[in-house]
Amino acid sequence: MTKYYQPEIECASREEILALQNERLVKQVQHVWDNVPYYRKKMEEKGLTPADIQSVDDLHKLPFLTKDDLRECYPYGLLAKPLADCVRIQSTSGTTGKRVVAFYTQHDIDLWEECCARAIVAAGGTNEDVCHVSYGYGLFTGGPGLNGGSHKVGCLTLPMSSGNTDRQLQFMCDLGSTILCCTPSYAAYLGETAIEKGIQDQLKLKAGIFGAEAWTEEMRRDIEKKLGLKAYDIYGLTEISGPGVSFECEEQTGMHINEDHFIAEIINPETGEVLPEGEKGELVFTSITKEAFPLLRYRTRDICVLSRKKCSCGRTHVKMSKPMGRSDDMLIIKGVNVFPSQIETVLLEQGFPPNYQIIVDRVNNTDTFDINVEMPPEMFSDTVRDVTAKEKELVAALKAMLGIVAKVHLMAPKSIQRSEGKAVRVIDKRKMY
Amino acid sequence: MSIRQISIFVENQTGLLSEVTTLLAENGVNLRALSIADTSEFGILRIIVEDVDTAAALLREKGYTYTVTEVLAVSMRDEKGGLAEILKVLAGAGIALEYAYAFLLQKVGEACLIIRVPDNEAAEKALQAAGIGIATQKELF
Repeated sequence: MTKYYQPEIECASREEILALQNERLVKQVQHVWDNVPYYRKKMEEKGLTPADIQSVDDLHKLPFLTKDDLRECYPYGLLAKPLADCVRIQSTSGTTGKRVVAFYTQHDIDLWEECCARAIVAAGGTNEDVCHVSYGYGLFTGGPGLNGGSHKVGCLTLPMSSGNTDRQLQFMCDLGSTILCCTPSYAAYLGETAIEKGIQDQLKLKAGIFGAEAWTEEMRRDIEKKLGLKAYDIYGLTEISGPGVSFECEEQTGMHINEDHFIAEIINPETGEVLPEGEKGELVFTSITKEAFPLLRYRTRDICVLSRKKCSCGRTHVKMSKPMGRSDDMLIIKGVNVFPSQIETVLLEQGFPPNYQIIVDRVNNTDTFDINVEMPPEMFSDTVRDVTAKEKELVAALKAMLGIVAKVHLMAPKSIQRSEGKAVRVIDKRKMY
Repeated sequence: MSIRQISIFVENQTGLLSEVTTLLAENGVNLRALSIADTSEFGILRIIVEDVDTAAALLREKGYTYTVTEVLAVSMRDEKGGLAEILKVLAGAGIALEYAYAFLLQKVGEACLIIRVPDNEAAEKALQAAGIGIATQKELF
């Protein structure tokens, strides 16, 4: 079995990667300077010219780009190639405001698909596999990215897109899908439905490549058990290319960043200062090979840690931890920072399904914090005392994790709406007025 | 001998109780007895039916959270002191009650008390020693 898609680069020495990054960064800065007036102006404001950037060591001098810049530049303000050279547009899901559109040349698409191919091969994929892609197709990068990667590996590709769960499972059984690509919440839902239908034994899945939303180790184990596969994390963002910016190997201890295409930095989100390896902070990416939409020092808002510890898989590229939260997702309730992923961890630890909804509101100038949780049959009892005890245990565990008290509402199973794409976990009514 | 009771989780939301009872009715399930335990957040509907397996399968299929529990159906005289007599025996034997509910049987003068206790065998022994009968699931229908 081939272990790597591009071994010469995936296992290159640190020196080789750094040399490649230096060369590509210098070229990229010149390309942006020549073609993106918006960023050129930002550089000029800092008194910089391309000559100031000679290597990765100079990267910290460059100004940041944020989602606000992307919104301001919508749609063509950061485009670095004539539209005649572009072949594709993808867009963000727009859950946090105005959509962001990204442009691709054919070369950009090829490199992006190669990154996805690396992820599929790292999950054990070969041309013998049936790759079932249940990410949404269309403007969302999930479907097109993994679809392209799957073609590059030579898998038999099932472009299912999201939705129609019955048909998804039917095809999985009938056509023997071996690799599943979708969001982790949809994978969990597919697993649950397969168990309900009693068709778990008919599944031939061996690996799953799940990303595009936050998920926990508990959720990984839950999905692995339900679908009988090994679950690999994949990370990416439309602004930088899409899925495949980084991906997990068999070690399942973080995602290798494709450093030949993207330079990663961790910064202090308050000060913008670059932090040393191993410190927690905001992830910043510089794309050094993108032609049409080359973002320099783009702030992802994802909080994580980088590690250069030697990986047993043989890949040499730096690993990023699962994002520990997204500053976009972070809720401030009664003055306390709350990440939905923390709530999910507690639910799974306490034996509740990871299907929940957080409702935050403000009544009489005080925040209210409610969590709807589904009552699974195995936790139910005929006595009020037992059920209330379970509820109290959950409230106590949530308080221990978050530091504030949430009002828990037990709901009937499946009463919380399932998503077939990104799950809507938070309803913050405070933003409405 | 104990009988099997079905307990169903019902959220505190208008119409949900009607929904589950309609489901049972439409599938020919007749309720012999019921009790509802309510809290501010949720309720537990406890029912006694003749064919427990059919009702349970129906609930499972429709995705309800439920559990089947062994409870005792104690024969009770429909006259003053009927309940007191049973409770006295249980108290005397040191048996605590989780919950109880009663209903009349079709035969005049006879009633039934459903009790949930930590140890069915011990309760049954104590009651029988005092000459109080325990009904089977069949005898209630």
